[in-house]
Amino acid sequence: MPEMNLVQSINSALRHEMKANDDVIVLGEDVGKVGGVFRVTKGLFDEFGADRVIDTPLAEGGIIGTAIGMALYGLRPVPEIQFSDFIFPAFDQIVSEAAKFRYRSGGEYTCPMVIRTPVGGGIRGGHYHSQSPESLFIHTAGLKVVCPSNPYDAKGLLLSAIRDDDPIMFFEPKRVYRAVKMEVPEEEFTVPIGKAKVVKEGKDVTVIAWGAMLFEALASAQEVAENDGVDAEVIDLRTLWPVDIDTIVESVKKTGRVVIVHEAPKACGFGAELLSLISEKAFLHLEAPPKRVTGWDTPFPYTLEMEYLPLQHRITPALIETVRF
Amino acid sequence: MTTIRRFEEESARAYAQGKIGGFLHLYIGQEAIAVGAAHALRDGDHVFQTYRDHGIALALGMTPRAGMAELFGKDTGCSRGLGGSMHFFDVENGFFGGWGIVGGHLALAAGAAFKSKYLNDGKVTICFFGEGATNIGGFHEAMSLAGLWKLPIVFVCENNQYAMGTPMSRTSAIEDLTLKAAGYGMIGDRFEGHDIDTTTSRLQLAVDRARNGGGPTFIEVQTYRFRGHSMSDPAKYRSRAELEERKKSDPCHIARTRLMEAGITEDQLDDIDVEIDTQIDDAIKFANESPPASEAFMHNSVYAPSLITDPHRYDPTNGGQA
Ligand SMILES: Cc1ncc(C[n+]2csc(CCOP(=O)(O)OP(=O)(O)O)c2C)c(N)n1
Repeated sequence: MPEMNLVQSINSALRHEMKANDDVIVLGEDVGKVGGVFRVTKGLFDEFGADRVIDTPLAEGGIIGTAIGMALYGLRPVPEIQFSDFIFPAFDQIVSEAAKFRYRSGGEYTCPMVIRTPVGGGIRGGHYHSQSPESLFIHTAGLKVVCPSNPYDAKGLLLSAIRDDDPIMFFEPKRVYRAVKMEVPEEEFTVPIGKAKVVKEGKDVTVIAWGAMLFEALASAQEVAENDGVDAEVIDLRTLWPVDIDTIVESVKKTGRVVIVHEAPKACGFGAELLSLISEKAFLHLEAPPKRVTGWDTPFPYTLEMEYLPLQHRITPALIETVRF
Repeated sequence: MTTIRRFEEESARAYAQGKIGGFLHLYIGQEAIAVGAAHALRDGDHVFQTYRDHGIALALGMTPRAGMAELFGKDTGCSRGLGGSMHFFDVENGFFGGWGIVGGHLALAAGAAFKSKYLNDGKVTICFFGEGATNIGGFHEAMSLAGLWKLPIVFVCENNQYAMGTPMSRTSAIEDLTLKAAGYGMIGDRFEGHDIDTTTSRLQLAVDRARNGGGPTFIEVQTYRFRGHSMSDPAKYRSRAELEERKKSDPCHIARTRLMEAGITEDQLDDIDVEIDTQIDDAIKFANESPPASEAFMHNSVYAPSLITDPHRYDPTNGGQA
């Protein structure tokens, strides 16, 4: 089985699905000849041509708007937004139109579209190239929100997403793009949308993370296992919405303690919704106040990135405090 | 122009050494436009620019120290190290910022020009952007408002031929961008931006028109960036021959020739070059030795100070955890 990084595995999923289905179209700024800012669409232009791998003008609202129109009329567009920070000119199209189509056409029309976009910090991009806006989209009924942490899941989830009949936000943790390599099948396979994965079993505390922060959570889990004898269970959500609440509740019932890690600011970050769900469904099982280790409620800073991000050095004390409560 | 050139050459070197991180978009090749604009403006006028903002900031009077320290992410930088290369600000010199969201700053510039009209304060705003930006909605909305309200603003499109890796021919249905001015009732002008004499005089016309109540102008300046889109772009989408051809009209060389024509000697120019080198060396040293950006300032600069406390407030006594 070939080894792939995240860039390669997403490219492999796109190539597979474009070969299998003529309705799949890729569009965005620099996605064609150049192969995308992060080179995720590299080679697709040569293989599938300018009609299916479209270099668009710089116009996010136009990109997403036309993709919605394509989807309504039966194509399966996979638009790329260069950084999730640039999605806001298209926010209106996503929130007002894409998300509501099935509902307001009485189920007659769907909007099968996957918006791919890099997310998160770690490249010293400052406030316009580092944000994690996932909860804005989770808050919008009608969208599914996916964020893989590794190359295998990314390929399987992207194939599921393109075949899904609803609009999907597909967040790619840019910090992971070239940092992780693993075996990924060349051929097709799917990872189901809506299923989390317990990546490390444990009995003392549940740690919930996704995207690039999963690796920080795992590092902390290992650190507290070695230094403090704490046995943490780590869940990779993979799909943020619809969230796999069953897996979370089952874990919290076992451990009685929970720490949530995300890059986005704390106020109304997805951690807030997760903790509400946990309180509603497993309140009596909690043995300690839950904790959130998150980005600060500030814009994303250029230089103080390692202070801003919820990295291992901030997760570990939170685990210890929760367990010792 | 040489100060800008040398500032950026040294910042590219510092980037390669890892002292500057993230994104660094160089203006090398386009200097005559920023400097021409600075000549055309008066103290108290306003300028908005994209992320390719070092050139205009220096031309308007920001010190190389404040700029370099910002690139290094230091507390002494013009945005206290929290913004970096794309987000220079300098209120004292009328620089209303480098902006990272393409098209996002155009309406803001129109708003500043609105205030000038409202107060009749005789001030002019220049707003710079690239040709790529003329495709996004924000451009059209700002042009529409400015044209309708006859604002004292000059929209300057620096057409350096490429938006990141894609040439304009592949993303625009028209070649002459000033055609877009007509749709908003605005006068258009179009010229090559390599010669400081041309850029100064043509920008001056538009600035004067704005100042005298003649309304906004849209200008397309044809230019070329000698480096990639940013430091991480090797610019493989264009040929070496194309680049070499363009470098023949290097604005810094043209400016030097113009000065010699005006009677300045080679020796005098060399002396100025040495002075500039010293100034840039000093800026690098200053940036190296300055204290890092402050975490406390980061937390305290989100809102105006107030008595209401944020429930997630930063608590330095508790490892930062609220
Ligand atoms: C809304 C938005 N979309 C995309 C980007 C990414 N991006 C940054 S610069 C750029 C190209 C801009 O080209 P142009 O306007 O011609 O300006 P230039 O960089 O050539 O000066 C792109 C696509 C962005 N910053 N903002």
